Amino acid sequence: MLETDICKIKMKNPTMLAAGIMGNTAASLNWAARSGAGAVVTKSFSMEANPGYSNPTTVEVTGGFINAIGLSNPGVEALKDELNKLDGSVPAVASIYGANSNEFQNVAIKIDGMVDMIELNVSCPHASGGCGSSIGQDPNATAKIVKAVKKEVNIPIIVKLTPNVTDLVEIAEAAQKAGCDALTLINSVGPGMRIDLETAQPILHNKFGGVSGPAIKPIALRCVYEVYEAVNVPIIGVGGIRDYKDSVEFLFAGASCVQIGTAVYYEGMDVFGDICQGLDKFMVSKDYSSVADMVGKAHRN
Amino acid sequence: MNIPKVVEIKRVIQETDTVKTFIFDWPVKEEVPGQFMMIWNFEDEKPMSMSLIDPINNEMGFTIRNVGKFTESIHRMEAGDKLGIRGPYGRGFEIAGLKVLAVGGGVGMAPLAAFAEEASRMQVEVDLISAAATQDELLFMDRLDKTAELKACTDDGTYGFCGFGTELAEEVLKNNSYDMIVTCGPEVMMKKIVDLAEKHDIPAQFSMERYMKCAVGICGQCCVDDTGWRVCKEGPVFWSDEVRLIVEFGKYRRSAAGRKEMF
Repeated sequence: MLETDICKIKMKNPTMLAAGIMGNTAASLNWAARSGAGAVVTKSFSMEANPGYSNPTTVEVTGGFINAIGLSNPGVEALKDELNKLDGSVPAVASIYGANSNEFQNVAIKIDGMVDMIELNVSCPHASGGCGSSIGQDPNATAKIVKAVKKEVNIPIIVKLTPNVTDLVEIAEAAQKAGCDALTLINSVGPGMRIDLETAQPILHNKFGGVSGPAIKPIALRCVYEVYEAVNVPIIGVGGIRDYKDSVEFLFAGASCVQIGTAVYYEGMDVFGDICQGLDKFMVSKDYSSVADMVGKAHRN
Repeated sequence: MNIPKVVEIKRVIQETDTVKTFIFDWPVKEEVPGQFMMIWNFEDEKPMSMSLIDPINNEMGFTIRNVGKFTESIHRMEAGDKLGIRGPYGRGFEIAGLKVLAVGGGVGMAPLAAFAEEASRMQVEVDLISAAATQDELLFMDRLDKTAELKACTDDGTYGFCGFGTELAEEVLKNNSYDMIVTCGPEVMMKKIVDLAEKHDIPAQFSMERYMKCAVGICGQCCVDDTGWRVCKEGPVFWSDEVRLIVEFGKYRRSAAGRKEMF
């Protein structure tokens, strides 16, 4: 009953491990798959290795975490070794980033065919060097990268967008028009910060970082709802999802499936199995026969 | 809440030329030997296992070898200086059995000192092999003198048994029986100790060290092959029956970027 699909790729359930959570090795991706994730997304990677920012890279706040890991990754060649070790039990999505369309293209070409989909990270709120949300806050820059990657690869392209814009719909429409196959909404919010009381010093080394966790769920949900009314491509909902109830809200808002990130901290790796179990019971009790029946339900009332 | 708590250094003990212990007032609650804390020097943040967990005087401490920029900055600190600390994190040593053999190599003695003292409070007998390159680098010989049966060894034979900790452990295991072995030190040494434990059919626990970022089990930086276990969450202490699943143990670790680095 939980089976669903996104861009014609079959999933045994609508949960995915979100980019940036675990996900930098085949071992941790396989673990998420064993724990019940319907698909897994790698940590974002680039052409060259990147050590990311110095610590502290993560700090807790009421309702979630702020992180500025800084897109650390071992580079696409090392990542290919990891992709080769995926157990293949669930679809794999490669999250990639770069500073311009050339960089995105080059990374995408390297992994075309090794994964089921590519997710373009144009939305990291703490990236430097012209990467991340500095692209995703500009509809033209976003469209240019989508077009460039789409031209080079055969697998579906997802664009992960930032909520930190005045008009998210405008960016979503630009991405769709440029040919993306799906949208992931949303990346972490902000950036935000936290200051130590004893030393008056910002705690994160990068000072600012992306806010994730339950606190951002209402924002993510609104983004999914709003964009669903404007685009035809499927939406993957992400932001503060901890349990099946949160997942149902995202499906109702218009998401075809959901990604789980920070909840791995609160619920452990069992979060995927737990959400699926709860969702299954909910669907039986409310007489839904498929996940697709629930998608966008909040718009039909 | 996973935020650094800024505390004053209460006192500093110069253990050897390159090793110091930093002690703090700390409300000891459920801290377990083998668990670690993230230490913030207001520039960077690194994991350190506790070398002192004193529930009577409510003190906690770290024993740190000066090996680089981060540890150098801490070594320059004195009583009254401040550090940020968050934790404790991860799974520590389980104290079980009546008689335990502990094998510590170099500054790997840090969590074993806390372990030996906690075991002693629980009436568990501990034989403790303290291994170092030379006499001047042996740790905690005075502090643990009455807590454990100390068996010192030095690579150069300047004090105690002449040879590696693994060789002394092999000797000791010939004439003694133990319910459990615990070890912390260079990974290649721990690998040999775990192999020895298996040969003697004694359960063993070992403590792994990996580059850490979030320390709360979400960033994936410290995941090990092939299980994906997080050293910050499922570890840093693992059992010998888990070692076969950690294929990178004794072979390689990953850098801040996630690139494999062979030992």
